[in-house]
Formats: sequence, C-alpha cells, structure tokens
Amino acid sequence: MDKTPLSLEALQARFQELEPPLSKHEAKVEAHRCLYCYDAPCIAACPTSIDVPTFIRKIGTGNVLGAATTILEANLMGASCSRVCPVEELCEGACVLGGDHKPIEIGRLQRYAMDYLYERDVMPFTPEPSNGRRVAVVGAGPAGLTCAGELAKLGYDVTVYDKNPLPGGLSTYGIVVMREPIRVALEEVEFIKKLGVKVETGVAVGEDVTADDLLGGYDAVFLGVGMGAVPDLRVPGEDLEGVTEALSFIAETKLAEKEGLEHLQDLPLGRRVAVIGAGNTAIDAATIAKRLGAERVTIVYRRSEAEMTAYDFEYRFIKNEGVSFEFLSQPVEIVGNDGQVSGLKCVKMQLSNPGDDGRPRPIPVPDSEFVIECDQVIKAIGQQKFGALFEHFGLDVERGYLTVDEGLRTSHPQIFAGGDCIRATGEAMTVTATEDGKQAAKSIHAWLGTAVAAD
Amino acid sequence: MADLSIDFAGIKSPNPFWLASAPPTNSAYQVNKAFEQGWGGAVWKTIGAPVLNVSSRYGGYEYGTQKLVAINNIELISDRPMDVNLREIAEVKKLWPDRAVIASAMVESTPEAWRDVIMKIEDTGADGIELNYGCPHGMSERGMGSAVGQVPEYCTMITEWVTQITRLPVIVKLTPNISDITLPAQAAVAGGANALSLINTINSVIGVDLDSFQLRPNVGGQGSHGGYAGPAVKPIALHMLSAVAGNDDVATAKLPISGMGGIQTWRDAAEFLLLGATSLQVCTAVMHYGFRIIDDLTDGLSNWLDEKGAASVSEIIGASLPRVASFGDLDLSHRVVARIDPETCINCNLCYVACDEGAHQCIDLTVDGLKIDPATYSGSVKPEPVVREDDCVGCNLCSLVCPVDACISMVELPSGRDPVTWNQLTQQQPEVLEWPGMKTYRDKVGIDIH
Repeated sequence: MDKTPLSLEALQARFQELEPPLSKHEAKVEAHRCLYCYDAPCIAACPTSIDVPTFIRKIGTGNVLGAATTILEANLMGASCSRVCPVEELCEGACVLGGDHKPIEIGRLQRYAMDYLYERDVMPFTPEPSNGRRVAVVGAGPAGLTCAGELAKLGYDVTVYDKNPLPGGLSTYGIVVMREPIRVALEEVEFIKKLGVKVETGVAVGEDVTADDLLGGYDAVFLGVGMGAVPDLRVPGEDLEGVTEALSFIAETKLAEKEGLEHLQDLPLGRRVAVIGAGNTAIDAATIAKRLGAERVTIVYRRSEAEMTAYDFEYRFIKNEGVSFEFLSQPVEIVGNDGQVSGLKCVKMQLSNPGDDGRPRPIPVPDSEFVIECDQVIKAIGQQKFGALFEHFGLDVERGYLTVDEGLRTSHPQIFAGGDCIRATGEAMTVTATEDGKQAAKSIHAWLGTAVAAD
Repeated sequence: MADLSIDFAGIKSPNPFWLASAPPTNSAYQVNKAFEQGWGGAVWKTIGAPVLNVSSRYGGYEYGTQKLVAINNIELISDRPMDVNLREIAEVKKLWPDRAVIASAMVESTPEAWRDVIMKIEDTGADGIELNYGCPHGMSERGMGSAVGQVPEYCTMITEWVTQITRLPVIVKLTPNISDITLPAQAAVAGGANALSLINTINSVIGVDLDSFQLRPNVGGQGSHGGYAGPAVKPIALHMLSAVAGNDDVATAKLPISGMGGIQTWRDAAEFLLLGATSLQVCTAVMHYGFRIIDDLTDGLSNWLDEKGAASVSEIIGASLPRVASFGDLDLSHRVVARIDPETCINCNLCYVACDEGAHQCIDLTVDGLKIDPATYSGSVKPEPVVREDDCVGCNLCSLVCPVDACISMVELPSGRDPVTWNQLTQQQPEVLEWPGMKTYRDKVGIDIH
C-alpha cells in the first residue's frame, strides 16, 4: 500500500484545527453580542448545564479566568466539549438569536476561555481535605475522568485505570486531529491529575486487576469503559492487506500528531479508499483519508442519505471535502490481488418496511452485484460492547449495555457506570459522558458521603 | 432638498455644522481641510494666554466594544504663538468667505488683556468671537475658563468689557460645571452677549489603570481632572440646552444658541435643533473619525427635514421646546402599559428579570397562559413573558431592555381619571401632602399601588 503523497507543509495545513481560535478582540466582540438572556435556553440545551450567559459575560468583562472556572464547575471536559460538541444541535441551536440573526458562537467562546486557562496552567479549584474514602474508576475517557475529578474535588482518593498506553479515551484516540488535537485531551488529563487523581495506564481491568481487587480495595467503583473495537464485517477477504478499521486508523493519526505531523507520512494509505458505514466515525475516517491525500474516498452505506446517523453538519462538511457516496450498497466481499485489497464487491439494496428499530430495512436487489475498485477498506460499522468485562463484574446488561438506575448505579450496589457503555438509547457524545461522570460522582458522594459524615 | 443654511446672530454659514473650539481647529491646515469636505464653520481653538501642554493629554471611555463613548482631555488652549493663529485665521477667512470662522479667546481677567486680544481678532476678519468661559482644567486654576463661567458676576463683567469695544457678534460659551446653567446664561445676556454656546466639557476623571493604579491620562505617574466630552454627555447637554433655550431672559433677548456636547450623527444634531440650537458644534466625533463625517451629517439632516416636510433648518429650531415641562405640570392621569408581541418575542426574558428585580413586578413568565415560577420550572416548553396590564405602572423599562425592535410597545389606555397635574392637585387638595390625605385621594380616584 502507498503512503501520503503530501509534503509536511501540506499536511500541517490540512491537519490543524478546522476552526481557528478567536483572537482577544474577536472574543470580546462576540461576547458582547450575547444578550445575557434570563433563564437562558442555551443552559437548558447543554447536557452539563454550563451557565453559558455567565461565562460569556465574564469574557466580555475581561474576567476570562472566571469564565473558564464557570465552565469547569459544570463540565471538567470543557476544553474537549468546546471542540467536539455538536453545538448546532445543542447550545447554539437553542440560542434566541438563531431565529433571524447568527447564534452566538458559544463553542468557540468556550474554547477561548479554556485555552486561556490551560495556556496559563491555572488550577481554579482547591480540593477538600481527604475524607479517607477510595474510589476506583475504570476507563480514563471523558466519563471516567469527570467522575474522578468531581470526587477528588470532594476529598476522595481516586485511582483511574485505563488499558491504553495513553489516558483520555476517545478524546485522545478517537476524535480527529482537526477537531481536537491530542494535546488538548492530554492537558485535560493533567488537569484532573492536579486535583489529586492517580491515573494508571496500560492496566487492563479484568486481566491485570480483577473485579475482586477493585471491590475489595475501594469503597466504590465507576465504570466508564466506553465501547470496544469495530466488529468484523463477516465477509470473505477481511484478512487481506489494506483492510483496517476506522478507530485504529484515526488513532494512528492522533499518535502521529503527538510525535510530530511528519509521522503522518509513515502511515499506510490507499490511493482509492472505501469506508464502510455512515456514522460520525465513518465520516471522520473518510476525512482523514482524504486529507492524507487519497485520490478517491467513497463512503459505502447500505441505507440511503436520509437514514445516515452522522450529524447534518458532518455530512455537509464531508461533501465539501470531496468524499463521494455509494448509498444503498451492502459489501459482500473484499476482493484481493496477491493478498492485497483490489476492490469491494457490493450488492445494491432497496429499502423496505421499518424493522424493530423503526428504521427502513435494506434488502438486497437480486443480481445487482458490482465492484468498487479500491486498495484500502476502512470499516466503520459501529463498536462492540465489553460483554466479557461486564460478565467479569457480574453486572446486568441490556442489549450489551450496562443497566443502571437513575443515579447511574449498576445492578451491583458498589458499582456505578456512565458514558457510552450505558448509552443504549440517545446520542453518545463526549458531553453526555461528561454529565454521566458528574452525576455518578454525585450519587457516589450521596452514598459514601453520608457514611463519611457518620465516621 | 431642505435649505440647511443658517444665520446665527448675523454669522452666516451654508449648514449648521461647525467644528467646536478644540484640537480639530488648531491650525489652518485642519480648518481648510474641513471646509473642503463641507463643514459650515469652525470655532478656532482658543487663543489667549501663553501655555505649556503636557504629554499625555486624552483619556478614552470604552464601553463594551464601543471605543470613545466619551473622551476627556487635559489639553490647554492653543499653545501655538498668538500671531501664528491670528495670521492663519485671516488666511482661512479670506479663502472661505461663505463659511463661519469664529475666534475663541481666553485671557487674563483684565480689561486690558481682553481689549488687546479682541482688537487683534477683529483685524483677522473673523465673523465672530466666542468667549471661552468653560474650560474646566488647567486654565481655571489660573482664574480663566470655568473660573469665570461659574461666577455670574464675572461673566457679566467680562462680557461687558468685550461687547462694549467690538462690532463683532459675541458668543459666550457656558460651562456645565455649575448647579444651574441658566444663571451664567442670564449673566451673559446682562453683559450684552449676542449669542450663547453650550456645553463646554464636564469635569471628570475618566478612569484608573487596573495594572498600574495610575489615572488616565497618565503624566509621569500622575493624573489630573479633565474635560469630559463625547456621546455620553449628550443627555446632559440636551437638558442644559433646553433649560437655557427655555429661559425667559434668553428668549426675550432672542439670543441664538450654538449647541454642542456629544453630537456624533445627524440624529443627535436634529435633537439639538429641536431643543433650540441654531448652530451645532462637533468635536469628539471628528477626533474619532475625521472630518469626513460631515457627509452624513448634512445628508442625513437634509433627508430627515425633507421627510418631515420642512423646507429649511430654521423651521424646526426649537420645535420641541413647548414640550419641555416641569414635573409638577405633567398629567398624573396619563396611563400607558407595556404590551409584548408574542410573534416577535425571542424569549430572552430580559424584560421579565428587569421588571421583576429592577422595577415593579408586573411581568409573569407563563406556559400555556399559566404563570410559572422560573426557580422551580423544569418543563421543556420555553416560558413566555406576559404583562399583567392592571399592575403595569408604565415605567418603560421592559421596552428599554428588549433587544427586538418594536416587540414591546407602550400602549396608551384610559386611566378612568380626569386629567390633573401635581401642581393643580396640591393647590386644590393640599391634604394630599400628608399620607392620610393621600390615601383618601387614592381610594377615591382608584389609584391602587401593588
């Protein structure tokens, strides 16, 4: 397989954050556009209920540190969320100015405030003195880090375990560089560590550390393990050279960015790339392939445009990137030549009556096979659940997702959970995972805190 | 197109816009440039006693993203030699016979000093003389400027010295740094002034630097009070203009007034004209944007006059003066209430919080017509603000904070009471001056205060 044909300069231009940071003056002008609504709809639209009008007003008065503190009080992943939140679906979509003006650029203002804090390396919080209680967190993604940070603020002794070499979860490995540089994710982890949280990476819970170790050694356990690898297509040819899955494809670009963008030049890349799936991960993988310089990138999806799970703005974006689409096409075989991918054989589909999930069911059109010529196939057809791990803890699951009550407690009284691993319904976003972490911390404190007071 | 020309105490100019005596009129270079761009006149930067200036000199008041909502300065009168100024005034007047060129003067308070400077000004061919009784900084400490303007007797005396010896129209420039500006205005009338101009700058400290703790403007670590001007002073200027224009002595003497203080646009200019100004002086707007603003000042004013069916500026001068009343003559039975248009309302609910916390608690937040408590409400439907008209006192606050044009209107409703002013009421029923009598009166006419 080939590698990127692009020079380092070209890669630098293509792999920087899509939105430039606001300048001091831009931030001030934008902050002053905010009406400072009473009981503002942007607060209600934020899953973590950030007091948006207050932080924007603080930017307007030059109290940028205060703005960052207001954000972090509601959302310890403020820097990530400012970059990855689908703001037009959330806060900016609710802005009262959206009707006949331009909504306030809340996401970029939040990023401005968070950058200000991280550039100055300020810690605005003073954790409570230790209360002697210990909590283990499994998974150093947004849910786990938030839960850990909130508990550390309250005086808990928290250790976070993560099986990957780097902490940060999807922020570190799964969000494309152009949306969130890896630096931002790692700075956020450092912030959580400064609250007193210990982070142990390269530790696989269930293997290196057992459920009994955690339940015996800690007063409570929070599981924020997210989702697993992309499942197999279960079609012939899946083991050919040139078949990869979207998450590791994206992760490699993140790690390359960490070491220096010249490392992007070492990544294997097809000239013609087929991406299977049409969710946000597929969009991200297609974007990366295109920006690395692939000649043609095609997204292959078995349903039609209307059923895509990617956000509208992502779809608009990817079309501008020059990615093409094969809708109503189901891969049936990866075709090879000398052990290397040479094409993706698909069958045309048509939509029939909705299935159990309410979405129209695609059914094959007889004798409609065709081949998309390509030398790289990227699979982005969802993620597996951590069934074995949940079984190891002996927890109830529903359709593979952990079952939790309103307080995010699992079927085991000592174990709480949040983030993508409980998100059986609704949108799995960084911001919802963050809110889960915050709410779980509240529940754990409500449970253990009473005992602390009684001790 | 309306006729913009004016005759101000015999001084003619093609439009009412003059540059005020200030940095923009410091030199022939500047005034020539301004006239080329269409300014109707210029009051030369004050000449007189020798001075030395400091560095720095100006301080700005920035509000939100708006630069120079106001400016203050500790610059003194012209520091160029008097003979240079006089020569340039003569040159400019010769070059621009149709424009108003007015010399401003401020000298030591002796008849000799004034005679000397007035004679020199007459020789330049200038159209008039403005006596600077207003400057609040630097010169006042030397017994000039506002030190004169604040003492009506000095005002009359010095004005007399000047009017007795000159054939030129004499304009007395008043200081706002006084409790009642009509006193020096009357004093100027008594001294034989041909016209008045107001307001000069307001004494001010414009701000403190939060890093160095130094005053702005900063002169080697120290700062001093200076003259405040620009958009932020306009309401004060309009009040003083209306007070002076409505003063009996001034009206009887038919003294024209040159209005100034925060004029930035033709809209500001129109307000000054409506409250009795004949000519208009501009400084801060030019210091901010340059002479080119004259294009919109004249064009905008002309279009507005056309729209109002006025053939000339003179038709609207003072047109709003009959509407200036004292509080005691306002109709206590007049009633307006706020009405919110739900079609254009964007639900920012600024009206709600303003009314609830800053005024009279007459707006409810409602869902499906039922009042909700925003502290406990958690529904998904965004509450809508609705005015309880029976309780609305008609204060205007909600309509002032509403960001949507014409969303909140103040609607006139019958109060059910006969018109009566406070002056009439207290004359007819003096018992209302005590609370029991007031209660009886309110009960009788149905005034309920919630």
